[in-house]
Amino acid sequence: MNFDLTDERQMLQDTLRRFLRDNQEALRASTRLGESDNKLGFDAEIWTKLAELGVIGALFSEADGGFGGAGFDLTTVFEELGRAGVVEPLLDSAILGGGLIAELGNDPQKELVEDVIGGALHLALAHGEPNSRYDLSQVETTAQVAEDEIILNGRKAVVVNAEAADYLLVSARESGAVDAQDGISLFLVPRDTAGLSLRGYPLLAWGRAAELDLDDLRLPASARLGAAGAAYPALHRAMMRAEVALAAETLGAMETATALTREYLLTRQQFGRPIGSFQALQHRMATLLIELEQARSAVINAAGHLDASPKEQALQIAAARNLIGRAGRLVAEESIQLHGGIAMTEEYELAHIAKRIVMADHRFGDTDTQLERFIDHCAA
Amino acid sequence: MDLNYSAEEQAFRREVQDFLAQKLPAEMADAMRNGKELGKEGHEKWHAILNDQGWLAPNWPKEFGGCEWNAVQRHIFEEECCRANAPRIVPFGLSMLAPVLQKFGSKAQQDHYLPRILSGEDWWCQGYSEPGAGSDLASLKTRAVRNGDHYVVNGQKTWTTLGQYANWIFCLVRTDPDAKQQSGISFLLIDMDTPGIEVRPIILLDGTHEVNEVWFTDVKVPVENLVGEENKGWTYAKYLLTHERTNIAGVGFSRAGLDAVKRMARSQMHRGRPLIENAHFAARVARAEIDLMAMSTTNLRIISRAAAGQAPGVESSMLKVKGTEIRQEINDLARRAAGAYALPFVSEALEGGNEPAMGPEGSAAAAPQYFNNRKLSIFGGSNEIQKNIIAKVKLGGGA
Repeated sequence: MNFDLTDERQMLQDTLRRFLRDNQEALRASTRLGESDNKLGFDAEIWTKLAELGVIGALFSEADGGFGGAGFDLTTVFEELGRAGVVEPLLDSAILGGGLIAELGNDPQKELVEDVIGGALHLALAHGEPNSRYDLSQVETTAQVAEDEIILNGRKAVVVNAEAADYLLVSARESGAVDAQDGISLFLVPRDTAGLSLRGYPLLAWGRAAELDLDDLRLPASARLGAAGAAYPALHRAMMRAEVALAAETLGAMETATALTREYLLTRQQFGRPIGSFQALQHRMATLLIELEQARSAVINAAGHLDASPKEQALQIAAARNLIGRAGRLVAEESIQLHGGIAMTEEYELAHIAKRIVMADHRFGDTDTQLERFIDHCAA
Repeated sequence: MDLNYSAEEQAFRREVQDFLAQKLPAEMADAMRNGKELGKEGHEKWHAILNDQGWLAPNWPKEFGGCEWNAVQRHIFEEECCRANAPRIVPFGLSMLAPVLQKFGSKAQQDHYLPRILSGEDWWCQGYSEPGAGSDLASLKTRAVRNGDHYVVNGQKTWTTLGQYANWIFCLVRTDPDAKQQSGISFLLIDMDTPGIEVRPIILLDGTHEVNEVWFTDVKVPVENLVGEENKGWTYAKYLLTHERTNIAGVGFSRAGLDAVKRMARSQMHRGRPLIENAHFAARVARAEIDLMAMSTTNLRIISRAAAGQAPGVESSMLKVKGTEIRQEINDLARRAAGAYALPFVSEALEGGNEPAMGPEGSAAAAPQYFNNRKLSIFGGSNEIQKNIIAKVKLGGGA
């Protein structure tokens, strides 16, 4: 039994934490709702520096050109990103986009992974649809083969990082019922392809997304990633990795929220003394710290089972995200309440952190959906 | 025990319903239903419609041009307005300042200010909280020094709601720095156009501008703008707070919010079925509704006691806590119902523009409202302060 980070991961954590602390001002500047003229939704310079530091490479295995890629590599990186409230799209360009190309792509396609790791290429996964909610197998978008072309038609919803992406990984159905796992393919679509229109917008917790309309979008057959109709297992695995990363990111944000709250309780004076001297508030702070450690253990469980059997993996990850969903909501709401009005202001760091925590629950399956998945996996 | 409204009360309810059906502009109700901001003109327009009907001041005595409705009638009116998605009445002049002027103001102040509140000529805001005086309001530091026929005011107020629209502010200021905290405070009316006043916006975490900082630098205020006696302001402030707490339970908001959640959950598919049929989601909605049903009866119990002339006591603190908890839970349900469509922040869709929302009706405002309404348990005496009041009354000793 050993819960310490390896020397390499400890070094990665130290380097990343130092970098994010030293660049606090630039990071904070890119997290303002008011600055919506930034059509990237993040800071391109920060992105380049993260790549130079090897942070993106740490998310990929050696076989894929990186130097990490295991569950605890993901959690080490994303916990730090969460602590600093980083909005740069590592989840979308690297874990989802890069991860799927690394798993499904042929040799020419896989060359793109190198550019992702180097920071030169952005990706977005265009999978969710207006009617799919959190169901991974629900795909109404169609792909029809016509001679040597493939024609896509449909609509994709809340595609995070779409406008910045050089390529979109678009899922479409080649066969089967709208909710069947079989029959889903993934296509590599350059963003400027005719027939693809984007309607972009900022997100409440920052970053940007877009609604995609696919109107007779024509692709060469070489745009398909992997075999026809067989993308679901890879999508599921990419999603598992993304969920572990997102859980760790939320844990990091919860650490910052509790740290800010503790500091405020010790310094804010009302009724002639620090408000942290009131027992009613002390107990609530204690509850947050108890839940924070629960969340930390849940992330360790999830990361430690990323390579376990499919059932054990899925069960542990659903458990972690359900727990983080509950504990995260508590930490976000209580941190705001214990601060009072100041935490309601956009200017104060906690506002951004609380939004990151709560809005994470709206990606890949919310607290209740994770509970249902956990029950399903237990029964299976 | 009779849970039914009397025949007169039911007739009154129909009268309110008819009025709303005829006079509430459809685009206004639509904007409210979708969580859009109304803006200054929108609020003024609705006030003018109510004023034409003679219903702008439900709580004022008739001698001042009010309806003099009792607590049950006011409740029915508020309930129907919420059900119809009517805008709320902006409370600062009408239900906060006016009762203070009516009870403690001079005849000259009543004659001058009250008609201007009804006509919409003046928009009032509240100068209470300060950066160092939130829950501990009596520690406020803004100074007013008497100098001949005027006071000179220096200091800073904060959380001033809709202060950007206001031309007048009522302020608590310290006139005797040597007296014990509550005893050295006075209640001043200040023209926002006076030199030395600066309003600075505070942007909230959902991107909205509804509160402000108001800075005072050597602001000259005529002594006739003092309400009541010097150094008695705390008494008036406490009186005002009892009026701020009417409709504290927000039953109407919760009902409208719950309806919106159900509408969205019917339109959203989850695992091939409407979300409303999902057992976990349905259970969450049901729990909120069960809590709301009971709380709404608690509210009515207190209202009918108030209508019979009994002053509400600790119960208004209980209602504030429970009412805000339920509203916040309903905001949380709306956010959940929206699914991934809770993520976008389309400010054009919220500011009354024509930009269509991305997801189902109500999804654009769901997450911003969830965050914005975290304020409910903070303002108007935080829920912790309310629990202190309850504990002090029921357990005795210090708060």
